[in-house]
Amino acid sequence: MERDDLIVNDSYSLNAHHSEEEGKEIRKKLYKVTIILTVLTILEIFMGVFFKRNGTFTWETIKLAFIILTLVKAAYIVLIFMHLGDERKNLKYVILLPYALFIMYLIFIGLYEGLAVQTNHTLFS
Amino acid sequence: MSGHAETVSNKALWGGGGSPFGISYGKMMMWFFLVSDALTFGGLLVAYGFIRHSSADAWPVGEQVFQSLPFLHGAYPLIYVALMTFILIISSVTMVLAVEAGHRMDKKGVIKWMGYTVVGGLFFIGSQVWEWSHFIHGSGGGFQISAPLSVTATNDKNESLPMNLTSGTWVHMTSDLGHAYEHALDHGDDIAIKDGNLVITSHAHHADAHDSHGHHDARAGAHDHAEATVQTLPLELVLNKYTLEHKDGVDYRDMHVTGADAEKLMKSMTANTLVFGANLSKNEYAVQQQYANFFFFITGFHGFHVCQGVIINLIIFIMALRGVFERRGHYEMVEKVGLFWHFVDLVWVFVFTFFYLV
Repeated sequence: MERDDLIVNDSYSLNAHHSEEEGKEIRKKLYKVTIILTVLTILEIFMGVFFKRNGTFTWETIKLAFIILTLVKAAYIVLIFMHLGDERKNLKYVILLPYALFIMYLIFIGLYEGLAVQTNHTLFS
Repeated sequence: MSGHAETVSNKALWGGGGSPFGISYGKMMMWFFLVSDALTFGGLLVAYGFIRHSSADAWPVGEQVFQSLPFLHGAYPLIYVALMTFILIISSVTMVLAVEAGHRMDKKGVIKWMGYTVVGGLFFIGSQVWEWSHFIHGSGGGFQISAPLSVTATNDKNESLPMNLTSGTWVHMTSDLGHAYEHALDHGDDIAIKDGNLVITSHAHHADAHDSHGHHDARAGAHDHAEATVQTLPLELVLNKYTLEHKDGVDYRDMHVTGADAEKLMKSMTANTLVFGANLSKNEYAVQQQYANFFFFITGFHGFHVCQGVIINLIIFIMALRGVFERRGHYEMVEKVGLFWHFVDLVWVFVFTFFYLV
């Protein structure tokens, strides 16, 4: 069998070499993302510690904020660190769309059924 | 970092010879594996969400369960997990820097950044070991009361509030009291509750017999009377230690009970409900055993991935050191293990949110 990691083919990402100057640019972007991820994590901790889950902020709002911040962090990791953002469009969607479809259904059905079970518990016990 | 122009004709793309996705077979398979692995973790987290939503009892709050730091006494909610998250993010950054160095065929850079990544991974595993050991060991222990009781409890603003507890309510000990109690139970000491205090009488002969494997003589018998020690600790119990309780604008979390009321609670302890820390059949944090089980399984499965990642990174580090990729003409292998390592970081971001924050 031919080993494709040895083939010299210009359409392959494994030949994606870049120069010193390009490298500098890329590193700059990476450091920026590092700072963003760190700040977001610190923000999450502050929110977790200081919002005392009482009447001032509804807990549902904070929860939603946590989930949005998490998705933002996840997007940075996937698109920049795993550089899926730089891959071809067809690969990007082959990875993201089926997963998004499955997981959204799974979340919906898991939480919906969970709440139904809880309602039955409270009603009949 | 490929940056392809999208001008290639369909025939050239799918007719063989080139990759329609513009990536090598190995990298694509890594992506497919990661999608399936992400479904596994997604399934686990949704299962956690299902149990949490279907539970009628209060679910423990992350910032109340996880608030200890190594070597320090006191409450530092979420700081330790934040530190773990930070370590993993930084090791993810060093990984992507190794990939970038690989694209420049910079052997030294790859070796340096891969080395840092491995060290970061080891730090994370070490942190998780401490986290697990602390979770298993517990912070004081708890028990259920056998009869309905009315007590006065004080919150952290020093407000004394009357509380009516139903039978079966969980009561926790403060960590000093709980650890002394557990120690006394382990050593078979006498435990008495008197005047709002916990009185532990330890018998020296017990320890002697244990040490000398039963070879104790009359002299040892005379000896132990002198060495029996009495330890007196003020009772301090906590209500709603790990759960959120908020009614009519009043904060009912972390309510402390001392003195005669604490004595009442201790005496009403249902015998087989006393638990310290967590294991696979009992835990002090929640009424729901699934809480501990999910903690062990999800963080454990993630930790297993980190271990694998560290081993794979180490292999790639050694290969880079030996110049394998230099001879091959590209560092794509670094990119592939990088994908796996970033994925481990990605999963942790979600575990962090859904297990500790929300």
